[in-house]
Amino acid sequence: MNELLLGLADDELVIGWRDSEWTGIAPMLEEDVAFSSIAQNEIGHARALYQLLTDDADALAFDRALDDYRCAPLVELRLLDWAHTIARRWLYEVADEIRITALMEELPLAAKINREEAYHRMHAEMWHERLRDEPRFRTAAEELWPYALGVLPPEQREALSARVGLPVVDAVERGSHTDELAPLWDEMTVVRRSAPTGAQW
Amino acid sequence: MVTAAQVWAAFEEIPDPEIPVVSLVDLGVIRSVDVDNGRVHVEFTPTFLGCPALEAMVRAIEGKVGELGAEAEVQVVNDDSWSTDKITAAGREKLREAGFAPPAPRLVQLQSQVHRCPYCGSTETKLENLFGPTPCRSIRYCESCRQPFEQFKTI
Repeated sequence: MNELLLGLADDELVIGWRDSEWTGIAPMLEEDVAFSSIAQNEIGHARALYQLLTDDADALAFDRALDDYRCAPLVELRLLDWAHTIARRWLYEVADEIRITALMEELPLAAKINREEAYHRMHAEMWHERLRDEPRFRTAAEELWPYALGVLPPEQREALSARVGLPVVDAVERGSHTDELAPLWDEMTVVRRSAPTGAQW
Repeated sequence: MVTAAQVWAAFEEIPDPEIPVVSLVDLGVIRSVDVDNGRVHVEFTPTFLGCPALEAMVRAIEGKVGELGAEAEVQVVNDDSWSTDKITAAGREKLREAGFAPPAPRLVQLQSQVHRCPYCGSTETKLENLFGPTPCRSIRYCESCRQPFEQFKTI
């Protein structure tokens, strides 16, 4: 259970960082606001999940070595175009709904997270409806599909496949990292590393 | 010796850090207050988990109890007990007066999808953006009085 929660929390932390990269530079003001809000929520979820595992969420979030993170490769990718960014948001939210709702009975926090995720899903679904017939979006979703499967344990992948409409294939599994996590780790942890006794502002 | 009633009254004076027209009591985030030998035990349920004001709320609770000459023990309860249905009737009215469309009760909202303008009461409103200045708000536009407004999200 702890390993599962750590993976979930790391996914939320890292996708929060990745989504926040659009703050200030999204293609529309509305998306600037949406991505910033979603990122803020995801990082808030990460914090609440870390708090189930430790008294010091910041230490767990930022004081680990790169190899100790349990996030899925999907969330690590540094995506520079909007089609891929939206495709990842949509794939991630569909996968996240499957695992979060499966946890709700035994974990009250999951039910709380699920209330907020409903708005992330509405946002993702609105974009999916708008773009699903666009070749650039289709290509992006297909490229990211093996990564999206890796967000979920094998027993939940059929459900994801049915929702997304792509067949189950070999997943890019959780447990190893892409090369793109290291520069992000460097950025995420720089404050903690440069002020080990705690930064004040 | 401080009483629970005094603590509740004092909490009515703590404004929400981001929407200061409502108090923490109006928001329904104070789940319980127990006074035991001068120690005040408070159960606090966060609104949105990504809300940056959560820590400010906890500090304000501790400060307020301190002003009453007691010591606070604040327990943050991250279960599923808070929803926008916990906002009190008085809190909803304060939100509406300040130009925030209050969140409709969950069951009503999920079935009707009707959003009423806080200024003119019209239901002819459209969604401009699901996300607004904070994660708990959306931006809508009233077609009747041509006024954009903030809608507190129902969760």
